Amino acid sequence: MAERSFAREVEDLKLGDGEIFKGEGILAITKALLQSGVSYVGGYQGSPISHLMDVLADARDVMDELGVHFETSASEAAAAAMLSASVMYPLRGAVTWKSTAGTNVASDALSNLASGGVKGGALVIIGEDYGEGSSIMQERSHAYAMKSQMWLLDPRPNLPSIVEAVEAGFELSEASNTPVMLEVRIRTCHVHGSFVAKANRKPAFSLSEAMENPVRDVNRIVLPPASFLHEKEKLEKRWPAAIDFIKARRLNEYFGPNHGDVGLIVLGGLYNSLIRALQLLGLADVYGTSLIPIYVLNVAYPLIDDEIVDFCADKRAVMMIEEGAPDYIEQSLNTILRRRDLSTRVAGKGLLPMGGEYTAPVLVKGIAGFLDAHAPALMGNRPPVPDPAPVLADARVKALAEIVPPRPAGFCTGCPERPIFAALKLTELELGTHHVSADIGCHLFSILPPFNIGATTMGYGLGPASASAFNVKAGKRSISVMGDGGFWHNGLTSSVGNAVFNKHDGVILIVDNFYSSATGGQDILSSRAANPHRKTNNSIVDAVRGIGATWVRQIDRTYDVAKMRDTFKEALTSDEPGPKIIVASSECMLNKQRRVKPLFNAAVKSGVRAVKERFGVDEEVCTGDHACIRLSGCPSLSVKHTDDPLKDDPVAAIDNTCVGCGNCGEVSEAAVLCPSFYRADIIHNPSRFDRLSSRLRASVIGWLQRRREAGRIVFEASES
Amino acid sequence: MTAPLIDRSTLSADRPLTIAILAMGGQGGGVLSDWIVALAETKGWMAQSTSVPGVAQRTGATIYYIEMIAAQDGRRPVLALMPTPGDVDIVLAAELMEAGRSVLRGLVTPDKTTLIASTHRSYAVVEKERPGDGTGDPTAVIDATDFAAKRTIAFDMDALAAKSGSVVSATLFGALAAARVLPFGRDDFEATIKSGGKGIEPSLAAFRAAYERTVTPKPEAVTRTPPKRLDPLPQMAGHAVLDALLTRIRTELPAEAQTMAFAGVKKLVDYQDPAYAGEYLDLLARLFGEDRAAGGATKAHAFTLAAAKYLAVAMAYDDPIRVADLKIRSNRLGRIRGEVGAKPEQIVYTTEYMHPRMEEVCGTLPKALGSWIESRPKLFDWLDRRVNKGRRVRPGTLLWFLGLSLVAGRRSGRRGTLRHAREMAHRDAWIAKAVETLRANYDLGVEVVATRRLIKGYSDTHVRGTSKFDRVLSALPLLLPRDDGAAWLRRLRQAALLDEAGTALDGALKTVATL
Repeated sequence: MAERSFAREVEDLKLGDGEIFKGEGILAITKALLQSGVSYVGGYQGSPISHLMDVLADARDVMDELGVHFETSASEAAAAAMLSASVMYPLRGAVTWKSTAGTNVASDALSNLASGGVKGGALVIIGEDYGEGSSIMQERSHAYAMKSQMWLLDPRPNLPSIVEAVEAGFELSEASNTPVMLEVRIRTCHVHGSFVAKANRKPAFSLSEAMENPVRDVNRIVLPPASFLHEKEKLEKRWPAAIDFIKARRLNEYFGPNHGDVGLIVLGGLYNSLIRALQLLGLADVYGTSLIPIYVLNVAYPLIDDEIVDFCADKRAVMMIEEGAPDYIEQSLNTILRRRDLSTRVAGKGLLPMGGEYTAPVLVKGIAGFLDAHAPALMGNRPPVPDPAPVLADARVKALAEIVPPRPAGFCTGCPERPIFAALKLTELELGTHHVSADIGCHLFSILPPFNIGATTMGYGLGPASASAFNVKAGKRSISVMGDGGFWHNGLTSSVGNAVFNKHDGVILIVDNFYSSATGGQDILSSRAANPHRKTNNSIVDAVRGIGATWVRQIDRTYDVAKMRDTFKEALTSDEPGPKIIVASSECMLNKQRRVKPLFNAAVKSGVRAVKERFGVDEEVCTGDHACIRLSGCPSLSVKHTDDPLKDDPVAAIDNTCVGCGNCGEVSEAAVLCPSFYRADIIHNPSRFDRLSSRLRASVIGWLQRRREAGRIVFEASES
Repeated sequence: MTAPLIDRSTLSADRPLTIAILAMGGQGGGVLSDWIVALAETKGWMAQSTSVPGVAQRTGATIYYIEMIAAQDGRRPVLALMPTPGDVDIVLAAELMEAGRSVLRGLVTPDKTTLIASTHRSYAVVEKERPGDGTGDPTAVIDATDFAAKRTIAFDMDALAAKSGSVVSATLFGALAAARVLPFGRDDFEATIKSGGKGIEPSLAAFRAAYERTVTPKPEAVTRTPPKRLDPLPQMAGHAVLDALLTRIRTELPAEAQTMAFAGVKKLVDYQDPAYAGEYLDLLARLFGEDRAAGGATKAHAFTLAAAKYLAVAMAYDDPIRVADLKIRSNRLGRIRGEVGAKPEQIVYTTEYMHPRMEEVCGTLPKALGSWIESRPKLFDWLDRRVNKGRRVRPGTLLWFLGLSLVAGRRSGRRGTLRHAREMAHRDAWIAKAVETLRANYDLGVEVVATRRLIKGYSDTHVRGTSKFDRVLSALPLLLPRDDGAAWLRRLRQAALLDEAGTALDGALKTVATL
């Protein structure tokens, strides 16, 4: 982690026995790893699990003391492969990523890992990026657990439960020689809560012991005939072992009365929403007391047939509550009951929506439908359910739908990617629109207003690969975009290597902002900062040349809009065969400000001369067309209504959050917009020379100004 | 089969206090959420907060959700991780449209919700990218929030925070304390801020200002635009030439148009000279005559009023002379120093981004010379290659100042320039069209005048605006005989201001063609 310090959070990792940890869910997991005697941790950053990586990266002293190895993996595949350390040795290891996106990438290694099995506990912590706030496709990671036979934990969303799940997860993994996935949802990762900490545990067996005493067993390698044995072992040994452990450790939980006509089966992660829904229906209270039996699956996979049969046996009907599609568990439930010849009815996706988040109102509706059908007595004499419908039906509120604007995340103030897309927009004004393949990263915000650039996104580092079909003779070339994060993740080979090898005739734009910015500003191979623990400063240009690219342009200041535009034009019209690669480099402004601002303030405070730049608009020159905004969208460049009776439309205005990146000026220059922008250079602690020359200039210019204004007849400016 | 009776008496009636915070990235919503949780925890309550911050970028709308409950004998509550519409006690909205969003999401209901909102606007990209005024109507939001909330505390908390050098999270916290919807005292709130990390003093100051502002409410009207400043005509302007202009406004124009004409005169005197303002009044007086003849007295002389405004705009067209003139004025640097918040001991220089093209240069030349060059494409291109590039101009340095003075000095010859001839020809054609329309359809004539609003900007922007102006007025023959012609022309103009390419305008024109 380059520019942001997690020193305070690192202190939380040092808590000892009986001390109270207070903080976010994902940090509780981090602490739980250290309490569980983990030997190594890897992963790929991404919301909602970035903080796990960030804090461990800053916790070097804690890790060194415990002898724990932490690394920022090149990709989720690399992280998953790291778990192979637990195959032959009793080493506990954990990796983490955003899912399902990351699990997709990791699946090759995960399949191999799950096939051979593990000796040491192997835990995969997946941030299930589903529902509101998610930034990826809406899918369930559940399928991976089923197809590769890994166990999937989905604990109740409170800190003690998820900490317990980490500890139990390692044990389950070891008891069943199977990797375990621990699923935590977005809000669970960011939930603030507390738990009673335990002291950190040094791993019983160290990585160096393993390296110095290597062990090898050809039966653990995925190659026939061992691979066939693995399948048998998975089904005949590991599965039963897991079932026994889960039962014995009572990982699944029961709430509410012991018996009832109906019951609810819920995934642990949805438990709090379920209790709130029951509370609204008058069937539970805020302390979790329920009038209906609830069976909570903290283990989403595998299902424990005996527990299910026991729970269902005395009930007319049960409702399965699982989020997302397909309804894997409901299907299994039906199969289990059918096999055991139980007639208990199973309700689920028939009453609950197939897709989307199961919020309390969604559950209220579904459960009410279930109870109406199977236990109407439970629905009698209950409090009214909160209902915003009358408010939402009012004309005054309906009118808001037209007025309240969408507000998606966008490029930050001063973002170096803004001028790149401004230049691309200007290029397209001249050369027409092109097919643009986008990628994953901040640069994907180009698809939003005001740029509206980008047609598809196929995955991290796959922007140029996703344009590979467009490699025939045509009047226009395809353009593809990729960030530095995606480039090092796999884009160098999957996208650039692919294009070089297949002599792709398109334009590849690599947006290099010195960090993995969208995930929080972590260092990557080409980061410019000197990181004592990582080898940074590896050039993207050298890498693409090394893989065989010949037409390569490096732009070291993306804010030079005219140069960016001309480079795009050159790339789109050049006669040279093969991919035309533009590496556009400027530092992520969010991280640059974190780095520069304290230095600047310190310099000013100590009396050193320092110049601060920011932009402004001459209100009188601006005519309110907002062409500048359509080439920017910067949060600090907005509009302002004026009291000038001769102006109808609001004028452009720049607020005090401007960081002086230069985009406004460069764009108005390159696009020949109005000359209303100015850059103000504010000299703090001016030198004697500054003061002298300023005084001189001011007196001469002042004299000239007085002279030219003296002859003019104007109305006195009235006080406003 | 007998249904067992349900005994709800075993259930606790306790319910958590629920708080939703709607904010944009970078507004300190997380800090506010942390403060509220810390406050609750120090008072012995159980509190849980969640958020969906997503990626680290700014400006996206986001929601933080807090539940808290007075701990009962250490029993752990099961708290929800997201707000339930219709079941939220307090909504804190860090911006006006976010308050609107909270209502749209059903989080604000009249039986329950105290809404604490800052009424300032931070415009979304889709609002500010429009060629016209795309900003949402704030009064509609106020109407909806006033109706939807049990109680509303709303004022510009952003401006109040800025006065203390803090951000809106601190003022929201102050308003929350003063609203007395949480069972904690003001001291507890302040103690929470004091035990925080950095920026304690500005946060406290903003907190206190918002607290005071909440307990002693003062009316603060929210409007979409500030009222336009139409200064009353002064008795004397301190110069005989100006006084003569004032007298002309008083005697030659109807009362309804006088203040607007005064604004126009001021603008043109400043733009060129008093004589130029005189030309404006000549033309305006003639148009008033047309107005009267067309029965304008019953229409509050709307035609003269519109002409007073747009004629001034048309005559004060934007050219390099004007830009240079404005950039070197003596009061400019002081204004900019104020805007950028420079302290007296700091030195400020500005850099202007200018990109003159040969078109602009020719425009500033005398008409004959300018046309001569323009009619020789080779020469024009040769010159353009030398002229047409971005220039970073520093008017605070002597040489650049002199250069700009030279350009600004062309003001004396402006009436003879090629650009002036073109602008006046365009003006006259437009006015002629307006008068002609006025005679047949008064309201439509007024709208023809107001269509001048579409022409603005420089270079491509100017070309695009002029093209839209022409396209809107191309519908005139169809609209002339219609009683609702004025309404249609107004719609066309609004459509033209919706997007850059004029897609909406094309659609609207097609509709008009089918009338």
